[in-house]
Amino acid sequence: MRALDLDYMLGLVPVILGYVPLTLFMAVAGMICALVLASLMAVERVIKVPGLDWLVILFISFFRGTPLLVQLFLFYYGLPQVFAFLTQIDGVTAAIMGLTLHFSAYMAEAIRAAITGVDRSQWEAAQSIGMTQAQMMRRIVLPQAARIAAPTLVNYFIDMIKGTSLAFTLGVTEMMGAAQKEAAGSFLYFEAFLVVALIYWIMVELLNQGQKVLETYLNKAYAR
Amino acid sequence: MIRIRGLTKRFGDTTVLDAIDLDIEAGERVVVIGPSGTGKSTLLRCLNFLDRPEAGSIAIGDVEVDAARASKKDILALRRATSFVFQNYALFANKTAKENIMEALVIVQGQPRQQAEQRALDVLAETGLAEKADSYPAALSGGQQQRVGIGRAMAIGADLMMFDEPTSALDPEWVGEVLDLMRRVAERRQTMLIVTHEMQFAREIADRILFMEGGRIVEDGPPAQILDAPRDARLKQFLRRVA
Repeated sequence: MRALDLDYMLGLVPVILGYVPLTLFMAVAGMICALVLASLMAVERVIKVPGLDWLVILFISFFRGTPLLVQLFLFYYGLPQVFAFLTQIDGVTAAIMGLTLHFSAYMAEAIRAAITGVDRSQWEAAQSIGMTQAQMMRRIVLPQAARIAAPTLVNYFIDMIKGTSLAFTLGVTEMMGAAQKEAAGSFLYFEAFLVVALIYWIMVELLNQGQKVLETYLNKAYAR
Repeated sequence: MIRIRGLTKRFGDTTVLDAIDLDIEAGERVVVIGPSGTGKSTLLRCLNFLDRPEAGSIAIGDVEVDAARASKKDILALRRATSFVFQNYALFANKTAKENIMEALVIVQGQPRQQAEQRALDVLAETGLAEKADSYPAALSGGQQQRVGIGRAMAIGADLMMFDEPTSALDPEWVGEVLDLMRRVAERRQTMLIVTHEMQFAREIADRILFMEGGRIVEDGPPAQILDAPRDARLKQFLRRVA
């Protein structure tokens, strides 16, 4: 057993940190797109639009039923062979698309469950004052469902941050890719990947703190 | 002016409303009494399609709806001509007392925010809750929540205000303040349709009392007739039980 090369690790930290913005960009962009898509699918699953329902069920089933890595390869390496215009999509865009589709399937189920968890009386009160279905969803049901779904959605966001490391396999130089390149020169693989692991860990821990702030905010209407 | 003809509601094989006919004049205050499970609440809920009636027609103000082929537009129009006070208050949990009242004015009626806010504050002052304008429902007592619920229904300015057992879920200590507020609403000759078990209150404010049994209106008349000189045997029995 050899000692850790701490100097090398400290020197590597700023290099890897330089790729944190790209990681966060992919995760945040993926999260926003996934939230929108998941909310639409969740609302559809609750009100069941004829002709659309089976499509949403199929979508959710496929993206929950296959591994993220397989989906990414299918999109990035596979689909351009079928659809020529997809060859112009770069690795970052493909990763964001893949993360969006994959996580929206999971999040749709979480949001659907949260919507059905909103008390029936809230729906009836909204109906009784003459709101349209869209107004009721947007003003009353979804904001209350957001509170119920928040902890689960933050978990998916954490998963998504970690999932961005798979962009490495699409040729994107992100934190993982940068560490790989560094280690290829120094042969200090353990140190390089340990730095990556620690930076991911710290990011996720910071996010957990953020979750507490978010939950306090979402719970402010429910304080006695 | 409200005209209901042949209003029928079934849950599975059970007929909960059996071809109800009912006319209510503008400004009339009508109380519905009767044993539980006889369709009193369902009558109210069918009038704004919280429960969908199978047959019959409902006319409230300018809005006329044939239950058997009511479109989404019909249902919205009917709901906007009425307001509803729920047994369990059903305040929007994610909105303050003031916002609960503003919601219908801004989102449904399209009033400017400022005007709606002023109206909400005026209504809260009338309900005696001016200082609770920015409180969320979870921070209010049951009585306060129900007063906001009544305020929300008042602010809409609907042709018909419906109350579905508005004091049944309250602790006894809060019943008085809610009934007081309802009395004040009644004094303005607001058209009201109230399901309640508060017989003394019914006697005080009702122009008419309906006694429902088995999905039908069995007896209909002024309080003195219904409460003091009941004719129907089931009504007599009911009054003996609640007395």
